[in-house]
Amino acid sequence: MAVAKLKSDATEARLAGLTLPAGLDTARKDALSRLIAMGLPHKRDEYWKYTDPASLTQADAPQAALFHNDEGPMFDAIDRVKIVFVDGVFDADASDDLAADGVTITRLSDVADADIHWATELYGTLEARGQTPVERPLAALNSAFASDGVLIHATGKASKPINLIYLHGDTGSDVMLHSLVKVDAGAEVTLLETGPAAARFNSVLEVDVASKGAFHHVRSQGRDHERRAVTHCFARIEDEALFKSFTLTVNGKLTRNECIIEMLGDDAVAHVAGACVGDGNDFHHDDTVFITHDALNGESRQVFKKVLRNGAVGVFQGKILVKAGAQKTDGYQISQSLLLDEDSQFLAKPELEIYADDVACSHGSTSGAIDEDALFYLQSRGVPRQAATDLLTLAFLAESLEEIADEALADDLRERLEGWMARRG
Amino acid sequence: MLEIKGLMADLQGEDKTILKGVDLNIGAGEVHAIMGPNGSGKSTLSYILSGKDGYEVTGGSATLDGDDLLDMEPEERAAAGLFLAFQYPVEIPGVGNMTFLRTAVNAQRKARGEDELSAGDFLKIVRAKAKDLQIDADMLKRPVNVGFSGGEKKRNEILQMAMLEPKMCILDETDSGLDVDAMKLVAEGVNALRSAGRSFLVITHYQRLLDHIKPDVVHIMADGRIIKTGGPELALEVENNGYADLLAEVV
Repeated sequence: MAVAKLKSDATEARLAGLTLPAGLDTARKDALSRLIAMGLPHKRDEYWKYTDPASLTQADAPQAALFHNDEGPMFDAIDRVKIVFVDGVFDADASDDLAADGVTITRLSDVADADIHWATELYGTLEARGQTPVERPLAALNSAFASDGVLIHATGKASKPINLIYLHGDTGSDVMLHSLVKVDAGAEVTLLETGPAAARFNSVLEVDVASKGAFHHVRSQGRDHERRAVTHCFARIEDEALFKSFTLTVNGKLTRNECIIEMLGDDAVAHVAGACVGDGNDFHHDDTVFITHDALNGESRQVFKKVLRNGAVGVFQGKILVKAGAQKTDGYQISQSLLLDEDSQFLAKPELEIYADDVACSHGSTSGAIDEDALFYLQSRGVPRQAATDLLTLAFLAESLEEIADEALADDLRERLEGWMARRG
Repeated sequence: MLEIKGLMADLQGEDKTILKGVDLNIGAGEVHAIMGPNGSGKSTLSYILSGKDGYEVTGGSATLDGDDLLDMEPEERAAAGLFLAFQYPVEIPGVGNMTFLRTAVNAQRKARGEDELSAGDFLKIVRAKAKDLQIDADMLKRPVNVGFSGGEKKRNEILQMAMLEPKMCILDETDSGLDVDAMKLVAEGVNALRSAGRSFLVITHYQRLLDHIKPDVVHIMADGRIIKTGGPELALEVENNGYADLLAEVV
């Protein structure tokens, strides 16, 4: 059967049980039209060559057992606005008041009753822009059907970070959330996302950063071994604006994190980083990044590190597109894997496409085993082999964690990682 | 303290014998030097004693205070009190020097059933010892050996030795790559650690280091064996005449 037919059948099957939620009607209908025109992705699509999307596109979410641990919540020592969703359903009791200085916070599901002009304008807009030159149908699916999410409007320097906490309580939950962040000129906000969210989670984040604004994003995806997630972060950044995003992924059967950034203003800075630790042949993790430079003197960095063992699979597809006229662009991309055994696999597709003649772009991709000399050096100082391996593993991930601007957040993640490794044995 | 009897070893996977029966006996508090031409097996001996992969012991024994070293993992040898100052200290990007030192000290304490040092106590000790070796705060913060000069790397080795307080220290060509001042500084660091309960095995090409670290016994190693043992005067003889005469004597 032709792929087109397979895709339209799959799309039809997926849409059969879904109805468009109320609110943002035009945007949702447009997104649905985009989706139907594209069809859901198929493993024969070039963009899905290394990651089979079948379990992300099938009608029902595959079951995912819950992961229990006695650790406290992430970032608990940090003063933040907690917004809790349990299997995608807002939990008012567990959440803080949706308020902080310098920022207004609204739930997406309330937008139907409120006239939030900027949200109506932004919703689905960056997602739609991000559909060319590469199609991202699962994001369009989300724009059409997302049940909830959060709208964050930073009008000044937000007094504390906003933490979306995604709890997973139902082994068959299938959740789509869509959040918007608008950062006004000179404003600044930090968004934290933590937790697994659901058995299957489809998340879209659209981030619009105005001139001299700053957006910080730190995410730790849940450790449920069987969860699946596809996430898209679409960002548009203007003159001298800063965008920084970091994601930690440990466990999860399938994760595809896409980040699509348009640098539309001069002197803009965009950093995207990820650290991933995968153990087992049912671990598959995919970072797909597309950064477009469309202004002068932009700086972009992609720093992705993956530690893979026992047959885990890591994928990196990263692209820097420098449009004609985007002179003095400084683009950097590094993707590295540490393969702790011969069963694990890292598939990398770095791409540069450059139409300006005065730019500095570099990319590198490596796969390697643990450094035996360093291991012996540590052992010779009395550090047991396993602890030495853990120390070197954390050291390998360090460069990506350094992309987090806030030290307290970075330290929390580092300590978690150390703890997870120490407890493994 | 360190007793090596008839130690024989091959390079793993290759039919190449490197140690052909080494005998060496170092008493408590003694400083022994091993000199010898390139390829005589000096560094290999230090690696085999500390447990590096890639070698196969085919005969003989090596014990530290009666315990069979060859039967232990490298970290167990360290906890038992063996220390190797590397000829080429390894760079470890991403691991802070301070973290590295504290992890090592506490791992050894734990292996010996002692309490781990608190962060405060550790800091106090390391700062004092670092000062003696002219290691500044920046070097302690930077990743292990990354971007260190040759001299800084060797001083860092001695700092580790000072922190870990081993009883048997092996210095593998610690003088290589050092200028005269740096060598003096390193030698002073080593001398400060000399005590009745601590022994040293100093591997070197040149007599110069032995002007600063005075050995009790000097061994000449060639072709995988100790071919001659004597006092400090033996090192001077090598310095003046080279190895050719000594090698000729044996043949």
